[in-house]
Amino acid sequence: MAARNCLKFLLGHEARTLDAVDPTATVLDYLRLEERRTGTKEGCAEGDCGACTVVVARPSPEGGLRYQAVNACIQPLGTLDGAQLITVEDLAAADGTLHPVQQAMVDCHGSQCGFCTPGFVMSLFAMTKEGFPPETDDQAIDEILAGNLCRCTGYAPIARAAHGLAAMEITDGFDARREETQAALAAMDDGADVSLTEDETRWFHAPASADGLAELMLQYPDATIVAGATDVGLWLTKHLMRPDPLIWLGRARDLATIEETTTDITIGAGVTYSDALAHLSWTWPDFGAVVRRIGSTQIRNAGTIGGNVANGSPIGDTPPMLIALGARLHLRQGRIRRVIPIEDFFIDYGKQDRAPGEFVEAVTIPRPAPGQIFKAYKLSKRFDQDISAVMGAFSLFVDEGRIVTARVAFGGMAGTPKRSPSAEAALTGHTLEKSAFETAMRALAIDFKPLTDMRASAAYRLKAAQNMLMRVFIEVTDEDAATRLWDKRGIDDAGL
Amino acid sequence: MPASDLAVHRSTIHESAARHVTGTAPYIDDLPELPGTLHIAFGLAQRAHARIVAMDLSAVRDFPGVVLVLTGADMPPDVDISPVHAHDEPILATDVVEFHGHPIFAVAAATRDAARRAARLAKVTYEDMDAHIDIEAARPKGRTVVTPMTLNRGDAPAALSTAPHVIAGRCAVGGQEHFYLESQIAMAIPGEGGEIKVLSSTQHPTEIQHMVAEALGVALHLVTVEMRRMGGGFGGKETSGNVFACIAALVARKTGRPAKFRPDRDDDMIVTGKRHDFVIDYRVGFDDDGMVLGIEGTFAARCGWSADLSGPITDRALFHADNAYYYPAARFVSLPLKTNTVSNCAFRGFGGPQGVVLAERVMDEIAYALGLDPLEVRLRNLYGTDTRNVTPYHQTVEDNVAPRLMTELADKADYAARKARIREANAKSPVIRRGIALTPVKFGISFTATQYNQAGALVHVYTDGSIMLNHGGTEMGQGLHVKVGQVVAAEFGLDIGAVRITATDTSKVPNTSATAASSGSDLNGMAAQAAARQIRERLTAFAAERWQVAADSVKFENGTVTVGGETLSFADFVKRAYNARVQLSASGFYKTPKIHWDRAAGRGRPFYYYAYGAACAEVAVDTLTGEYRVLRVDILHDVGKSLNPAIDIGQIEGGFVQGMGWLTTEELWWDGQGRLRTHAPSTYKIPACGDRPLHFEVALLENQANVEETIHRSKAVGEPPFMLAFSVLHAMSDAIASVADYRLCPRLDAPATPERVLNTIEALRARAK
Repeated sequence: MAARNCLKFLLGHEARTLDAVDPTATVLDYLRLEERRTGTKEGCAEGDCGACTVVVARPSPEGGLRYQAVNACIQPLGTLDGAQLITVEDLAAADGTLHPVQQAMVDCHGSQCGFCTPGFVMSLFAMTKEGFPPETDDQAIDEILAGNLCRCTGYAPIARAAHGLAAMEITDGFDARREETQAALAAMDDGADVSLTEDETRWFHAPASADGLAELMLQYPDATIVAGATDVGLWLTKHLMRPDPLIWLGRARDLATIEETTTDITIGAGVTYSDALAHLSWTWPDFGAVVRRIGSTQIRNAGTIGGNVANGSPIGDTPPMLIALGARLHLRQGRIRRVIPIEDFFIDYGKQDRAPGEFVEAVTIPRPAPGQIFKAYKLSKRFDQDISAVMGAFSLFVDEGRIVTARVAFGGMAGTPKRSPSAEAALTGHTLEKSAFETAMRALAIDFKPLTDMRASAAYRLKAAQNMLMRVFIEVTDEDAATRLWDKRGIDDAGL
Repeated sequence: MPASDLAVHRSTIHESAARHVTGTAPYIDDLPELPGTLHIAFGLAQRAHARIVAMDLSAVRDFPGVVLVLTGADMPPDVDISPVHAHDEPILATDVVEFHGHPIFAVAAATRDAARRAARLAKVTYEDMDAHIDIEAARPKGRTVVTPMTLNRGDAPAALSTAPHVIAGRCAVGGQEHFYLESQIAMAIPGEGGEIKVLSSTQHPTEIQHMVAEALGVALHLVTVEMRRMGGGFGGKETSGNVFACIAALVARKTGRPAKFRPDRDDDMIVTGKRHDFVIDYRVGFDDDGMVLGIEGTFAARCGWSADLSGPITDRALFHADNAYYYPAARFVSLPLKTNTVSNCAFRGFGGPQGVVLAERVMDEIAYALGLDPLEVRLRNLYGTDTRNVTPYHQTVEDNVAPRLMTELADKADYAARKARIREANAKSPVIRRGIALTPVKFGISFTATQYNQAGALVHVYTDGSIMLNHGGTEMGQGLHVKVGQVVAAEFGLDIGAVRITATDTSKVPNTSATAASSGSDLNGMAAQAAARQIRERLTAFAAERWQVAADSVKFENGTVTVGGETLSFADFVKRAYNARVQLSASGFYKTPKIHWDRAAGRGRPFYYYAYGAACAEVAVDTLTGEYRVLRVDILHDVGKSLNPAIDIGQIEGGFVQGMGWLTTEELWWDGQGRLRTHAPSTYKIPACGDRPLHFEVALLENQANVEETIHRSKAVGEPPFMLAFSVLHAMSDAIASVADYRLCPRLDAPATPERVLNTIEALRARAK
């Protein structure tokens, strides 16, 4: 099938077909400069502040529509293909009646300067469409709003509005037009490969399948692959780069699958953090707890675990956990596929075991085995939505009180995410005794010479990494000890 | 006649709330652009301190879309945009760059994208000079940006020499990026005969007017500055907008085209000033009961490359080194150091919070030295009412409510019982330790530069009874417009809906002061009231004559006017007044009474009154990594008789969380080259939703009208709550103290990042050995 050369989406309830699309244009610039929809704001242009939050609705695999908040500032325009883009201008009724989300924000005095407000409204709107979690507590609200920064209110009135909304039954104009929207989106869903350009010099390709991607990658071995654009988006907005061609995975549905077997879980390269979260939390609670803190709801709705691995960052949060769990990486070049231990992928800073034209297709994570203990700790200046100073992951196989094997991996401690052979050796064969962990703590200094930067000093990184081992020890030997700030344990008499 | 309670002392919503939530409240970047509008970007120096040997801008000029490139050589000679006329701030650096990121040229192009791409193509050759990045590097050289100030009351050296206990120490506190969500922006539109209109996101339209006039070399009456709303200010738009407005105006002047300057967030954070970081050396003498006898402090501040407002900011640090405590003898000296970093500027509290750092540290030092509860030490040292009530700057505290606030809050928050429970739980917890602290705030209200304590307003009543209000204050989210609108509505007995507040405009109300120093509603509320009263008095006089009744029988209530047994709608009444040729427009003026200040002598009454508050915070600290979480915060705050309780509570909640960010996760970090590496929200971490206290209770102190005759006896609220966040720092300190059995003062500096907390824990453990 010939590639389609136009971009199709709904803006609110209006169909848009764009024949000329700048491959590196962002959704935000499109909204503000082309459509003059200026309700959506630019606060940072790097996906951190959430002032640009919009909602993207797509057909859900389970039927119906799925509404997800994303950061318009770092989303390439082409990623809207086949979606409904909803902005703050779309929410109020035609007669001006405010949407319940908007009314709640007004009633609770949730806006002061108002600049972040449209973003908060859209994040809350997405939640009203998706359904707040059952028994929405403050922690759930914090998770929903972690990607929206407000400098004026201290969040208290916004959280009050969110609590009120969580307790409401809300139907709105989008429900009323749901069938019409679904029909319009279905009509766009042609299964075609999409290739977009503004002037035929630079291209944005969106293959409709993994096979299509493989072919394109053979054709353009140095193409930039983009999934959620949560990293590449910043190349565009901050480094003013124009990678060409950009190849977007978002239309390749066969890359967005999660397969579970009795022994492992295989996550396709196009699976977002949000989609993987439930599977991971269920299997590995600590893995889920870390993923819940990666970026924000907006970032997790766009970003993928595949991308987190493929970009090879030394401070990505999932690689240390995947390494500790012994995950396997699926790479593909044309029809040639290979599977490697994920730790072997990370060769050096900025260098991965990926040939030109090759791409990450999936990652396979083994399920828990008997006697396996898995712990993961993300350490950052701010709890939510912050890049880790140190990310530690620990997998111990314990048999009759003795550590049979130990896998200890860290991010933020070297030029790549990597294991600590010395610490592993110090633990292996020992019982769960403090001295073994103390030896392992000292051993970390042999394997790691971390850097000092704005996130942490070298000394602190090492000390904190060592203390994470102590936390593992305390957690596996003293069930009564409160070791985590975000557990209710240990603060239950705080009179809250 | 009493004002109608229909309008004031009510929780009226923010005047733009419905527009905020629908995305229909325009900020400057949202406004339609005129045809031909140019977009501007800065070229930034890549050295902290260097001579520019050569600057090749040919690639910049040749970039497609570029229309104009401006360098320092294009600036009119001798133009200086120092807000205090220090003559140390050229618009663009010319021969010497003084910080990494110093703007060295500006490029104007047809699109924002083209301007930003072109700006990166400069080839600049530098010859490096000695750079002094931080306080310790600058201290030996001792270059200050303004003359230091000294406060001296009593004989501090003598008191220290005879005190039973003396502690010497040093405390440090970091700076802070404003992180207003809307970055700096200015748009300049050329007009006829040399006129220019500037839209600027600024807290100080009049200063923008002055700077633009200076840059263009024209009279003030040719420059009009308009400001409808800012997407946050926090002091960061008091002076920092000047350079953007001046460049936009120069581009507009030179090209005859409208020009817009909206820097990218990173450029904004690199180019604009921040809160000053301080290192404070102190000596405190006290008796066996923990009463301070004498205190000395030297307040060294990183001011950056130019004076900006560093003089009054470092002065205010000294004014608040007492916080709410009485010092029988005190000697404080400021050291406003010149550094090769961005020029620091105003930020909510304006140096006051940095002064409070010392006061609260000292209270902790005394408590640990004597084995007393820090709250007990704080309570004992509070200012008295009739005695022990003179500040280090010789102003008598006449309105002290701190003792009442602190004891009421201690009861309400159940401080003593919770503290006991926490200690018990900590003894059994190997990793997570909790802490609690209750701290006061006393904050002086008025500009210390006395001339700024004046304001103007303009009120028009139209013949349908609707009212247009304009005043010199600016709306940055703090709810100033709704408060001033309430004041005017109250004068006419109308609902707030009758009053429309329009953009702040130097052609409507001239010669205004910055909306700063928490003074917005105090000053502009009074000015607007004065304007409204003139009209009401004219209306009353008209009614008294027309209906032949006594003036005091004319009532303006509930949207009506009652006169001589007749009740008319306000609109009908106004129409009759118009027909009778009554002037329905007035300008009002206000100046704050009683204040005076002699900086050289360190003596006077710089503040009209004080605002007070107290906060009790409980935190949990992870002793393995230094991470923490704020569990519970109870606040009791004094806003006098609130004009608008909901708006005031919003200021308190927001100020508290912003203060907490300053003292905890917000860390500015420069590398060895003097490059600010925390120049975006990815690296600079303001509080997120999850950082707000799990339990967060804010109450206003009841039955406490301002003793001074402020607008409806309310009090300023913008800055004081910021310092309530010290309760969090000291609760963390309390939690940390547990690792040494509460025997040693942890001396936790700020920002208390997890790293600094863990280092403090480790240091404390080492000291305890």
